[in-house]
Amino acid sequence: MTTTVGHAAAGAFVKRKFDPETVRTDFPILARRMRGKPLVYIDNAATSQKPRQVIEAVRRYYESLNANVHRGVYQLSEDATAAYEWGRAQVAQYLNVPSPAEIVLVRSTTEAINLVAASYGRGHVGEGDEVLISAMEHHSNIVPWQMLCEEQGARLRVIPMNERGELILDELPRLLTDRTRIVAVTHVSNSLGTINPVKEIIAAAHEWGIPVLIDGAQAAPHGPIDVVELDCDFYAVSGHKMFGPTGIGALFGKRSLLEAMPPYQGGGEMIRTVTFEHTTFASVPARFEAGTPNIAGTAGLGAAVDYLQKLDWDAIAEHEQDLLTYAESKLSEVPGLRIIGTAERKISVVSFVMDGVHAHDIGSVADQEGVAIRTGHHCTQPVMDFYNVPATARASFAFYNTRDDVDSLIGALGQVRKVFGL
Amino acid sequence: MTYMRELYQQVILDHNRSPRNFRELEDANRRACGDNPLCGDKITVYAKVENDVIEDVAFQGTGCAISQASASLMTAAVKGKTVEEAEKLFRAFHAMVAGGADGQEGEADTEKLGKLVAFGGVKEFPARVKCANLPWHTLHAALSEVDAPVSTE
Ligand SMILES: Cc1ncc(COP(=O)(O)O)c(C=O)c1O
Repeated sequence: MTTTVGHAAAGAFVKRKFDPETVRTDFPILARRMRGKPLVYIDNAATSQKPRQVIEAVRRYYESLNANVHRGVYQLSEDATAAYEWGRAQVAQYLNVPSPAEIVLVRSTTEAINLVAASYGRGHVGEGDEVLISAMEHHSNIVPWQMLCEEQGARLRVIPMNERGELILDELPRLLTDRTRIVAVTHVSNSLGTINPVKEIIAAAHEWGIPVLIDGAQAAPHGPIDVVELDCDFYAVSGHKMFGPTGIGALFGKRSLLEAMPPYQGGGEMIRTVTFEHTTFASVPARFEAGTPNIAGTAGLGAAVDYLQKLDWDAIAEHEQDLLTYAESKLSEVPGLRIIGTAERKISVVSFVMDGVHAHDIGSVADQEGVAIRTGHHCTQPVMDFYNVPATARASFAFYNTRDDVDSLIGALGQVRKVFGL
Repeated sequence: MTYMRELYQQVILDHNRSPRNFRELEDANRRACGDNPLCGDKITVYAKVENDVIEDVAFQGTGCAISQASASLMTAAVKGKTVEEAEKLFRAFHAMVAGGADGQEGEADTEKLGKLVAFGGVKEFPARVKCANLPWHTLHAALSEVDAPVSTE
């Protein structure tokens, strides 16, 4: 296992020696000043910043390649189609997906999960059946299943977690039953930073022949993924969290599953023949991509993956773990501060609360110092309820962050204490 | 730092630390719940209204310093006022904190607002306007006897 999430080794690419100060210069926005101070962007779990290569790819697409895809007989349309399919192939490579046909391009992780819940779910989850998720899911991996269960008269069950924010796998044998139709868990928790042992969960579910969807929104920004190694059935990612554009994401699905699934939305692109009496549908993945897709976004996502694959992920894993360790040790020196989420295996995400100050107030004061952190429930209200806190403040680091960013955060927390007379 | 002092004025910090009228009102005949899902603020406002006069008012809940202090100062400001006076005060308060940002530019009547002027700094922090307004929206719902919970979303 080379990196923290348990990723694929990124193959035979020429890698640049990793240096956070150098990669920073690839991200124009990081040079921005905020309220008269350098921007300290440590809200990467919400969305990541974009390297120049991605911004350029989107611009180049509109400047010289734009046309609709899979339609025109003319060269420009072929160029646009090539850019789109190149993006798909890039994502397939990043996830180590055997065939690009197993990548459905969607709007985001949210849409990917909704697609599986609606298409696979409606076909397989019936009355009295069960869907198994975990206690640390993002709302986007709770609500679609809840809606499905309500519609079908099925039951949503939850793998519990312990105080450190680790899933209690001992409960799995009890929770995986002959009524379980699908398991959906997050690879990495966005609010706690926990890296889940998804491979074990997948293996356990497969013993019962139950397919598993992995929400990879927070794992993909930390290195290439190997869906073959994981043996998951579905894997969902968002482009904007992995240094690509907003509005584009991808769903990996095993071909045998995708091929047996009915369409998710109807429209153009996803059909083979249409008459008023009957429509036959295109094969995968086109069947799931109704309408004109986000071509520019896909080209941008392809460029993001291209950028990521040239990075040295072993070095990055070490760098991000250093940021995490440094941040956690500095934060625990702040009086009255409590870290929420202390799992043994964590990504570079730290949630915390401070005695006597609401997270929202921490966020406002930090903003004055140019420090962008997320405050709130992070779309994981059940996690907040578990810890009995209304909200947390969260710092989430990407490979372009440095120890200086941690120091700025600590400085800002000093200001918080001053303002609140703590 | 001085900029922060405008948002977190001493009165606000004080009311956040020791909120006034923070209790359940046993004999309330008006009540409403409000929440700000984005930040997890939750509040219940209780009022006892007799002949259109707010005889007593109290609140309970959790939230950031701005919403807690706003609720505390609000209860102090509207106690003993008529329902109509309280609604007028809400409009003046809203005009002050929203600073015309939502096209509701009104004169911020500092005289009428009294201690509530402490929230004048909020208009420089658009993300926090909701926090300051939440208790008032909830009071408004209680007074109008609206059943549905109030949400700032
Ligand atoms: C773990 C996890 N899953 C899903 C999502 C949803 O991603 P998106 O909003 O891009 O669909 C997020 C985003 O915050 C996330 O952190």
